[in-house]
Amino acid sequence: MGMRKVAVIGAGMTKFVRRAQETAKELTWEATHMALQSCELTLDDIEAVCLGTAPDSFDGIHMNGEYLSDGAGAWDKPYMRSYVGGGTGVFVPIQGWYHIASGLFDVVLVVAEEKMSSYYPHGQAAFLTIFDHTTERPLKPNLLWIFAMEMNRYMTTYGISKEDIARVSVLHKRNAANHPAALLGDSEITVEDVLNSEVLAWPVQRLDVSPVSDGAVALVLAAEHVAKRLTDKPVWIEGVGWHLDTAHWTNRDLAYPRYVEYAARMAYDMAGIKEPRKEINIAEPYDPFDYKALHHLEGLQLAERGQAPQLYIDGTAEKDGDMPVCPSGGLLGVGNPIAAAGLMKIAELFWQLRGEAGARQVPGQPRRGLAQAWGDLMQVGTVVIMGR
Amino acid sequence: MKTKINEFPGISLSEKDFDQGKILFNFDELRGDFAWDTGIAIGQYLASLREGVILGARCSSCRKTVVPPRVVCEWCFRPMAEFVPLEDTGTVNTFSLCYVTWDVQRIKEPEIPAVIEIDGASPLHGIMHLLGEVDPKKIFIGMRVKAVWKPSRQRKGAITDIRYFAPLAEGGVK
Repeated sequence: MGMRKVAVIGAGMTKFVRRAQETAKELTWEATHMALQSCELTLDDIEAVCLGTAPDSFDGIHMNGEYLSDGAGAWDKPYMRSYVGGGTGVFVPIQGWYHIASGLFDVVLVVAEEKMSSYYPHGQAAFLTIFDHTTERPLKPNLLWIFAMEMNRYMTTYGISKEDIARVSVLHKRNAANHPAALLGDSEITVEDVLNSEVLAWPVQRLDVSPVSDGAVALVLAAEHVAKRLTDKPVWIEGVGWHLDTAHWTNRDLAYPRYVEYAARMAYDMAGIKEPRKEINIAEPYDPFDYKALHHLEGLQLAERGQAPQLYIDGTAEKDGDMPVCPSGGLLGVGNPIAAAGLMKIAELFWQLRGEAGARQVPGQPRRGLAQAWGDLMQVGTVVIMGR
Repeated sequence: MKTKINEFPGISLSEKDFDQGKILFNFDELRGDFAWDTGIAIGQYLASLREGVILGARCSSCRKTVVPPRVVCEWCFRPMAEFVPLEDTGTVNTFSLCYVTWDVQRIKEPEIPAVIEIDGASPLHGIMHLLGEVDPKKIFIGMRVKAVWKPSRQRKGAITDIRYFAPLAEGGVK
């Protein structure tokens, strides 16, 4: 298709915390600054900036992209904010990718930021307006409803137990104990802890859910000829995909995320991957809820339908397993500042594939990884495949 | 389990932050009053609810019946002009027992949202609504339910004209 190769050459992230005392702009700058430093570039080397941040209502600022622009280093440059709900964090690097693959720019900064703590007492209320104003909002829905109902449908369709699902939360939070930027890492958490946590919206319990968080992540992307001059260890973006299902969410199969499958197939085709289960060495599926990681692994064709829990039972998903899942700790462990959380997964693959993930390093010199996010009203899938 | 997960770690907002001026506190009375046009399809859906009927739309090309009705078929992008009355009975596709409200207040008696596949619509096509008159422990996926309507003079053409869906008794008579 005449597309140029694109590499990730630098990454930076702030700590993910419950409430950052920095402003959203300051967080954005911290991550951006770290990303530039990591590859020894300055803002003068950057030709365009892509920013991802989720609903304006968290910050109470209309056009949050413009508001964050100085922190993202966007002044005097081509700048664009993308937003596809929770899928944003993995969509914004895709946007950076096509900026470069198309030949338009050589070096692009990709920044994602979320500060959810400003909306109080709780960020969840900011989600009320995602529901249809005429046919759904009069029922006073809350965001947990749709996840709880999807989880219930998924469990019931395939006969999956709460215990099977709790293992996901346990593994991710344990992995996060080794992440210096994590909010909810816990090396000693057990399945019982998850099963005994407060019931929020059955079958969803407190430890099945990722926390609202503040944080920012930034990456530097470069075209092949630039990347090869700047680093010995470029990590290539080998495939990208994104796909949308119907927004009439009560009119579709809630047990299987078809939109994730189509996004993944687009990315696999681009990357030349025929057998994803053999060729993907690290998976970072989107895990705002523990069942979602399983749901997404199936959509990504990394497990048969209803069989993803097996990856956690037989150890495949563990750090030293055949296909480690969320070695970062995921959203459940590191935290879920929405757009930043998705981009954190890309940053994790960058560090893992370069062998720079420290205590989280997956053994065996992994060659390829996949990150995925999901969002809007539960119907957008975004996928990026990276390799070295 | 380590105590740090029992207590959500990190800094929360406190009165002190407000007193010390570390927080710019601004309570906007957002005048967010909207007047949404109901449009063609949802307008008829609401008018039908007032009459005690759940309306769907049928695509003659895809042979699909969707609910709520809409003017275009997402599958073939042809107009969906045929609006068809559906039954007010259905099957629970999924449900939750929710112990927190939309603004995260804890409640003792759960709200019971459900997706209900409406009889007469295509398989897996339903609407979100609430369940009522039912023991939360006895709800199951696949349970047959029927709409419990407000009395006709209290209906005003809104989704809340259906108070909730309640279990159908054996034999289909409630």
